[in-house]
Amino acid sequence: MTQVLAPDHQHEERFADLHPPLDGTSALAEASRCLYCYDAPCTAACPTHIDVPRFIKKIFSGNLRGSALTILDANVLGLSCSRVCPVDVLCEGACVLHRYNQKPIEIGRLQRHALDRFYEKPDPQWSVIRAPARTARVACVGGGPASLACAAELRRHGFPVVVFDNRPLPGGLNTYGVAQYKLRPVDSLREVDLVRSLGVEFRQAEVGGELSLEQLEAEFALIFLGMGLGAMHRLGIPGEQLRGVIDALSFIERYKTNADFRPGRCVVVIGGGNTAIDAANAALRLGAEEVHVYYRRSEREMPAFKAEFERSKREGVRFHWMRQPVEILGADGHAVSVKFVETCLGAADAAGRRSIVPVEDSFYYEACDLLIPAIGQSRLTELLETSRAISLEGGMVAVDRPTGRTSNPLYYAGGDCVNGGREVVDAVADGKRAALAMAARLEEKLNA
Amino acid sequence: MPDLATSFAGIRSPNPFWLASGPPANCGDQVMRAFDAGWGGAVWKTLGEPIVNVSSRYSSVDWAGQRMMGLNNIELITDRPLETNLREIAEVKKRYPKHAVIASLMVESKREAWHEIVKRAEGAGADGLELNFGCPHGMSERGMGAAVGQVPEYTYMITEWVREVARTPVLVKLTPNITDIRTVARAARRGGADALSAINTINSITGIDLDTLTPRPDVGRASSHGGYCGPAVKPIALHLVEQIASDAEVGLPISGIGGIAGWREAAEFMLLGCGTVQVCTAVMHHGYRIVEDMIDGLENWMAEKGFQTIEDFRGLSIAKITDWKHLDLNYKIVARIHDDLCIGCDLCYIACWDGAHQCIHREGYAKPEAAEAASRASIAVTPIARLDALATAGAGKTPPERIPRVDEAECVGCNLCWLVCPVPGCITMDRIETGRAPQSWEQRVAGGRG
Repeated sequence: MTQVLAPDHQHEERFADLHPPLDGTSALAEASRCLYCYDAPCTAACPTHIDVPRFIKKIFSGNLRGSALTILDANVLGLSCSRVCPVDVLCEGACVLHRYNQKPIEIGRLQRHALDRFYEKPDPQWSVIRAPARTARVACVGGGPASLACAAELRRHGFPVVVFDNRPLPGGLNTYGVAQYKLRPVDSLREVDLVRSLGVEFRQAEVGGELSLEQLEAEFALIFLGMGLGAMHRLGIPGEQLRGVIDALSFIERYKTNADFRPGRCVVVIGGGNTAIDAANAALRLGAEEVHVYYRRSEREMPAFKAEFERSKREGVRFHWMRQPVEILGADGHAVSVKFVETCLGAADAAGRRSIVPVEDSFYYEACDLLIPAIGQSRLTELLETSRAISLEGGMVAVDRPTGRTSNPLYYAGGDCVNGGREVVDAVADGKRAALAMAARLEEKLNA
Repeated sequence: MPDLATSFAGIRSPNPFWLASGPPANCGDQVMRAFDAGWGGAVWKTLGEPIVNVSSRYSSVDWAGQRMMGLNNIELITDRPLETNLREIAEVKKRYPKHAVIASLMVESKREAWHEIVKRAEGAGADGLELNFGCPHGMSERGMGAAVGQVPEYTYMITEWVREVARTPVLVKLTPNITDIRTVARAARRGGADALSAINTINSITGIDLDTLTPRPDVGRASSHGGYCGPAVKPIALHLVEQIASDAEVGLPISGIGGIAGWREAAEFMLLGCGTVQVCTAVMHHGYRIVEDMIDGLENWMAEKGFQTIEDFRGLSIAKITDWKHLDLNYKIVARIHDDLCIGCDLCYIACWDGAHQCIHREGYAKPEAAEAASRASIAVTPIARLDALATAGAGKTPPERIPRVDEAECVGCNLCWLVCPVPGCITMDRIETGRAPQSWEQRVAGGRG
């Protein structure tokens, strides 16, 4: 499984960069456009508060190492963020140039420019820990962005950290779940290596399975929960067990780790979020002739980012609104078609979200070779609450936002398991905030 | 339509745009192509005893992503045989009789040598002579160029030698590399010059290669100071031109040189008294074609302003330059930020705090650092439709908290915020009536209240 994470040439071509890198000259020209705002809105809009004008100014001055370090100081996963962030609703969306009738600065691509140079050759100086060595150890549960950011920040404060991940390779969804044309596993793993270079230890283990939280509590002073969300929701309709039905995250993981994987001629995706779109785009790039996305509400209610939706339409994905699958039909144990019902929107609930009402006698069938449900990930089990007294809220870990502290003082949490599934950059911000709070707490104990 | 035809110290040309003595006016073919493109005249690259140039001759200063804000050269006078240049001058004059061809001259400081070159240049048909007393590099080490122009007595002496035999107008080209340019301008006048050209290039070292530690241009791991020109030198040139234009003892026509790249700069030099302008760096950068907009733009501006000829506006700004002691101390302006145009970059805010008088503020913050710290301490998340009620109200508008306010009572009217603001019209400097009669420092001192 692991060796195919470096995909072949054809795979590279099929999943060419969504936002190709800038060459040096273009980067300089783009950097020169930055106004160098004071207390810049792009910096404020970034969940990790990367000092954007500062790193752009450094690109322009030819200080690329300084530029990369400015980014990494704020966000150790700056490379993946530069590629996967929905910049048009974050830094670039906040750029003042919008109000000057100009295109915003291409912050994401400039960030990638600085970090691509940084990753070109090892920089051992970067990994030197300047803080005094501490003895109190911290465990990070889950190997995704939240834990990586948390672990890196704690190492910088001198604390020994072990990251526990149940997969063969760390990186979480950055390694396994992000669309290939945004981030390749090799890039995710370069970031993991950077975190490792700080002295973070990685162990493959299923926490809650072979290794219990009680055991961790015995070995570690504090524990950070950054394990993300659970498995993807099932559709809950007949036929879901058929071959040819595969949830979106599993689908993405499979094509990213197996260059030979092919989706078949006609692919149907169920859902209206960004993951549905990632899966649909990937199916097309993998050779599907037709890819259809079905969403039970209308375009207006679709949760995907507008930019993602527009791009997907350009790629050739076809969208169908107000449709809900009710049954998957198979032949020889393999899915061959989906039975849909048309829907209309009913009364709104307290949150303003309107209910789905099936339209009577509006059934019809659509053929498919592969059906990909992409209707979100399941929440966490009550186990955390009952066995470790960690309060949940709507299936997510309840925390004090500025510190990530849970109701159990031994535990901090961040990332998808806290925010319900946002972006890499949100997970990094959560992890960093929790790390700073944990470091402060452990230092306090030490001084007490 | 305005008329750009010019008569400068008796030299006629279809327009006031001349090529300055330099690489663009090195040979006959170039000058003829320039005339075809629309140039009104050309000052031929300096004639003299042929020299040998070094390879690697130019270096530049780039600024904010733009090339050649300033250009530096260590090239000497013409390296072509005198006979060739004279033959080509004759050819150009034959084919372009209405265009001005001025011969720039530089020979060793001997009376006979100057007499000889003047006669030969005029013999070839040159409409005028420009004495190169300004070249600051190389030739000056041999007692020519700036070595002459930095000593009023030498300037006087050689101008007089030239005057003894010259039949055409004599222009003296001045060096800026001197404490008071007026002393040399006056000497040229006493020596019999008909006009002045100003300025020649400014002594410069443009920069150092941070890998090799060799200054540029690199001539085999060594360099030499050169002469600086291009857009960067315009303010210096304007000042020196104004000094000689407003000096009663000088009183000569001036051909303006220094950072002229378009009609705007040309108009500025003319407003300070220049009758013609000379261009070199901008042509080296973009070619002869730039003259088209120089003519077109100047004509359009003149038409808009109601000027028929260059004489209608030449020198109009000279009287507006005075000594500081005459300025009105009771004239008061303050900055006003227009909210509807403000994009919230807050460059005015930090400029005022760190670089001026701390009178631009942001609501709720005592100091800029506090505003920055608040932003960094804030918790920002990626807005996601499924999880958030999207705050779309007011999207696209500058958040009011980012629009700075001017404390007009504290504002000294320094202009800095207005200068740094990227949006035209967003900050205006508005006149405030103080109710006090105009009073200069000189008047105040005379009144015993200095």
